[in-house]
Amino acid sequence: MNRALRVLFCIFTLSSGVMAQTTLNGAGASFPNPIYQKWFSEYHNLHPEVQVNYQSVGSGAGIRQVQAGTVDFGASDGPMTDEQIASSKVKVLHVPTVLGAVVPAYNIPGVSQEVKFTGEILAGIFLGKITNWSDGTIAKANPDIKFPNQNITVVHRSDGSGTSYIFTDYLSKISSDWANTTGKGTSVKWPVGVGGKGNEGVAGTIRTLPGAVGYIELIYALQNKINYGSVKNASGQFIKASLESTTAAASGVKMPADFRVSITNPPGKTAYPIASFTWLLIPTNPADKNKGKLLKDLVLWCLDSGEAMVSALSYAPLPKEVADKAKDAVKQQVK
Amino acid sequence: MPESPNPANSPGSVEPAQKPLTAIPTLAQTATERKTVAVSSALERIRRTHPRSSRIPDKTFALLILLTGLSVFAIVVFVAWELVDKSKLSLHQFGFSFFWGRDWDPVNDQYGALPFIYGTLVSSFLALLIAVPLSIGVAVFITEMCPIRLRPIISFLVELLAAIPSVIYGLWGVFALAPLLREYVEPFLAKTLGWTGFFSGPMYGIGMLAAGIIMSIMVIPIISSITREVLTAVPQSQREAVLALGATRWEMIRMGVLRNARIGIVGGIILGLGRALGETMAVTMVIGNRAEISRSLFAPGYTMASVIANEFTEATGDLYLSALVEIGLALFLVTLIVNALARLLVWTITRGQTGRASA
Repeated sequence: MNRALRVLFCIFTLSSGVMAQTTLNGAGASFPNPIYQKWFSEYHNLHPEVQVNYQSVGSGAGIRQVQAGTVDFGASDGPMTDEQIASSKVKVLHVPTVLGAVVPAYNIPGVSQEVKFTGEILAGIFLGKITNWSDGTIAKANPDIKFPNQNITVVHRSDGSGTSYIFTDYLSKISSDWANTTGKGTSVKWPVGVGGKGNEGVAGTIRTLPGAVGYIELIYALQNKINYGSVKNASGQFIKASLESTTAAASGVKMPADFRVSITNPPGKTAYPIASFTWLLIPTNPADKNKGKLLKDLVLWCLDSGEAMVSALSYAPLPKEVADKAKDAVKQQVK
Repeated sequence: MPESPNPANSPGSVEPAQKPLTAIPTLAQTATERKTVAVSSALERIRRTHPRSSRIPDKTFALLILLTGLSVFAIVVFVAWELVDKSKLSLHQFGFSFFWGRDWDPVNDQYGALPFIYGTLVSSFLALLIAVPLSIGVAVFITEMCPIRLRPIISFLVELLAAIPSVIYGLWGVFALAPLLREYVEPFLAKTLGWTGFFSGPMYGIGMLAAGIIMSIMVIPIISSITREVLTAVPQSQREAVLALGATRWEMIRMGVLRNARIGIVGGIILGLGRALGETMAVTMVIGNRAEISRSLFAPGYTMASVIANEFTEATGDLYLSALVEIGLALFLVTLIVNALARLLVWTITRGQTGRASA
């Protein structure tokens, strides 16, 4: 009898422990998924009562779900458009979390040096106007490299992705031709080239196809030790992408109040030009106040202690002033 | 409900009926014939011993089976309705011109499905072109000519092909097949068959040809294992009869085996075609994903399943999403039409014939 009571007691305490736990559901971008999972599991260790369930279903799906109010928060690699904000039932705050960069990777037979790209070269190649590695424009930027007479094959992402968004956003700023004919988006109508699925598809195709050039995420290049070229920034410097030069890209940019800002081709001297924030989409007036409070604490923690963990996973941390500004915005705007 | 003493429910009662049968096997009897005899004699025994078995289980059974049968109908109708409902926006915007529009431009919200329909049909047809002769050859070899000791090994390997996940095929396609095609196969094809126009232009390795080859490898296990089953079902007496008339081995296989089994083989090909039309992952990885129609098989293409898989997660605009769902609708319709045509083909082949080995 006594024993049965004890068992009952145990079950009761256990189940009450489970009941006190709150699960926050999030969905969205896959690019920051590794760091988000790390953050949320660390946070769960510190605050066992909060469990975060983040699904990396893609930025588009993340925006849709947060618009419909089916998740507690969303995440996106590209900011929501004005129409999306207008049509959304839920008002959200864009909270920048980390930075990502996109780098040009290539496979040129006989060239092992680091190739220097300018915006003009990249736009020319991806528009199909520069078709051979021996082209004069490329040679001019790389006087000490001897390029073979080899046709260029463009490799782009075939799946809709934030990586394509950042890259096409950059090309749109560099070349009016690109902006008028192709534009920017997670999927665009590429003028030339073949599509590979995911970073691994693009990198794999580049590796096996002589003359290929494509763009991949900096993280993927770093983790897989893929060589990539440097890109000329707005102040005329050739910058090789690194975590520091990516963070530098965000420093020189004037941050608007709603944080929806493109930081491609920024003014800074040490800034890498093809970089972007990724954002958490936090409802400013959540229906469930308790969850809203927990989410607010979580986001503040991510922007504070969380930022210290990102470099270990090859993400570029926010510049201090941006993180501070984001924290203030969360404190003031999220109810 | 009263417990019905129907012995058909317990397998133990069938066994005694089988026992005397296994004792008198004749050479001419195939496994199928033996099974038929066993079942019918078991039924006879039941009728004799239980002349008035309850009809309630029978009725319940009939109802259940009816429900499962209708569920297929319900699923198809539900899928079709959902596809039409969710693609309303795009249907409204583009009308039927969606199906022959060639432009796919998410940035400017212009959508046309023709390059994807073309890519799906061409890559599937190419896959069948390669897979059908190969699979039938494999099946004939296994059932008719293979040394008995090698037989289980080859069968096992063929089935192993079916068990490989498609993403592995895709990776293999990117890292092994594409370079092979680019270095050796495509230059050879361009040199010998370049004049046809199907094998010209820049050689990337990845493209329509690579997609067709990858898919053919994925389809082979389906077609060949069904064909093998069908060939095994052809009565031994047929083979013996044709051989007795003085036929060579090739004539025996052609007239005695393949002729009898052709309905079943076509059935297997239809199943393989279904797999090819819907295959997504492996194809996406090697087809090059370019929404263009070009005559050359070296050029990159795109399929309907691939574009949905590629773009659905990141699609944001309502019209964009709707257009992607309409691509799904187009795939549904194409599958329907292709299957109907295949049925028609089977019907024309088998008209006026009894499907002897259509199992």
